[in-house]
Amino acid sequence: MADLKTIHGIYDDEELLVEGAKKLRSSHIKVKDVFSPFPIHGIDDVIGLPRTRIAICAFIYGITGTSLAILMTWYMMVSDWPTDIGGKPSFWYYMNWPAFIPVTFELTVFCAGHGMALTFLLRSWLLPGVNPKNPDPRTTDDKFLMLLEVKPEDESKIVTMLRASGATEVNVI
Amino acid sequence: MQHEASIREPLILGDRSYHEITTDIARPIESKANKYWYLVFTISVCAFIWGFSCLAYTIGTGIGQWGANKTVGWAWDITNFVWWIGIGHAGTLISAVLLLFRQKWRMAINRSAEAMTIFAVLCAAVFVTCHTGRPWLDYWLFPHANQFGSLWLNFNSPLTWDVFAVSTYLTISLVFWYLGLIPDFGAIRDRFKVQGKPLQAKIYKVLSFGWSGRARDWSRFEEVSLVLAGLSTPLVFSVHSIVSMDFATSIVPGWHTTIFPPYFVAGAVFSGFAMVSTLLLIMRKVLSLEHYVTIQHMEMMSIIITLTGSMVGVAYLSELFISWYSGVEYEGYAFLNRATGPYWWSYWGMMTCNVISPQLFWFKKVRTSLLAMFVLSIVVNIGMWFERFVIIVTSLHRDYLPSSWTMYHPTWVEIGIFIGTIGMFFTFFLLFARAFPVIALSELKTILKSSGEVPKRLRAEKEAAENTKH
Repeated sequence: MADLKTIHGIYDDEELLVEGAKKLRSSHIKVKDVFSPFPIHGIDDVIGLPRTRIAICAFIYGITGTSLAILMTWYMMVSDWPTDIGGKPSFWYYMNWPAFIPVTFELTVFCAGHGMALTFLLRSWLLPGVNPKNPDPRTTDDKFLMLLEVKPEDESKIVTMLRASGATEVNVI
Repeated sequence: MQHEASIREPLILGDRSYHEITTDIARPIESKANKYWYLVFTISVCAFIWGFSCLAYTIGTGIGQWGANKTVGWAWDITNFVWWIGIGHAGTLISAVLLLFRQKWRMAINRSAEAMTIFAVLCAAVFVTCHTGRPWLDYWLFPHANQFGSLWLNFNSPLTWDVFAVSTYLTISLVFWYLGLIPDFGAIRDRFKVQGKPLQAKIYKVLSFGWSGRARDWSRFEEVSLVLAGLSTPLVFSVHSIVSMDFATSIVPGWHTTIFPPYFVAGAVFSGFAMVSTLLLIMRKVLSLEHYVTIQHMEMMSIIITLTGSMVGVAYLSELFISWYSGVEYEGYAFLNRATGPYWWSYWGMMTCNVISPQLFWFKKVRTSLLAMFVLSIVVNIGMWFERFVIIVTSLHRDYLPSSWTMYHPTWVEIGIFIGTIGMFFTFFLLFARAFPVIALSELKTILKSSGEVPKRLRAEKEAAENTKH
């Protein structure tokens, strides 16, 4: 099996890239990746990226934070060492919990926010020292790059399609 | 593509392309600082070092070096703590709340506002950690197993709620700010790469965490920003409400009122936007960013200052009314003392600065004049400092028992620490302005086509041409 060839289609305008990607999709050609200086709305559906589930992760981390706070305040204030502080009820959690709302809320937000941020960094593999994967350094400035991996026999057809859709540069690696 | 109504003022002036946006925002990072930057930086660093020395002196010798006494247990320390935290709230409001309200004008100002939040909360943390008296035992503020039978914290107390609230606020704001910076660091890194400067490219490569701008990463990034905004919004309201509860849950007359949480939150947004205005008015001129931080942006901020200033003014009037209407003689005296007692000058200073000055922004001439905005934003910040001083010191120095009544005077040590935090704030902000992109450049590019001056004009001309055809 011959090696796949990598093609970079570079655009100056994100709308042209989206149109080009749509045409490629209708010809059953898969776009491997798109590099852009800012998020292009609508590109996910066109190149077949599934919806991110990171918000669901945040929700789960938040529930963890709430549970942690409830467990902590119950253990410390009701179970281990209940004390009479200004006559506030301390022997049953259900009587004392309104006072613990601020701490519970803060821990929920803390766990949700940091858990989600860490998940994002790890899933996208963004850590100090990691090498960037954009093939052209101008893609963080003003160029939009479509990366395709194609069989050598399809190469010229795809290059023509890219040029027809408005790509300013087409590079075959 | 997003369409914007043609009657809206453009948010990016001039004929700018994506590349020019990158160049304009990267310029302060790539070029050398001018002599004014060095001048202000030197002054700030000197103030910072002076404050740090006063702080070291306090920790080494004791809180007795301050002017606080048994009657006035909290004075400049907590005034400054609440002042700084309040200032920090504008950054989160701009990033989070304005994002949820889809206000695109936030994009030019959110990065520097968020940086301001983090530096302000760090300054607040200086006060709250050193006012404990034995700061080396500050780890006791966090729940941990210990040798005192495992003595736990009192979770009923707002002082404990504060520990959780401020820690969460500082860390979440830091994360929100830094995640937003990642794509922009990527852009700066690639510019240095293209310009053939390997050391700078390496530094920003590490700072950018290897950002590549892949579609997948962008969609996750947008979702994370949205969720963090959704989390930060209730967070910012809760943090200052919890800070206000430090006072509201007590029995001190003048403190024990239910109006405090919304009053403090409005006051925080008020002072925060004033500080952002002060900083941005200077920054946009010095870094030549007037095309991005336009007069319209400054006007929007002035409008928010008027709105929140009015809320604060209404709160003052309600407090005054209730102090009489309640029939509680202690509450009545607390306000009579504020207006006519020995600290009357701070009370009237507060009233003039906070009630009168934001109302001036009703006049379009005032809210679009850069000089007026600069002067008034500083006046508002001074007024808000006096508000916290009035609330804390005038209520404490004369409460229930006249035999305990006494005066409070700050010592040079306390004043020094405050000056030091101002120096620290400006030192950090000046360094930020030179090494970090002060505008969210990737975000700003998303609104170039919909809100840029030239695309809007071209679209309007095309629509006019089509209308005349029919």
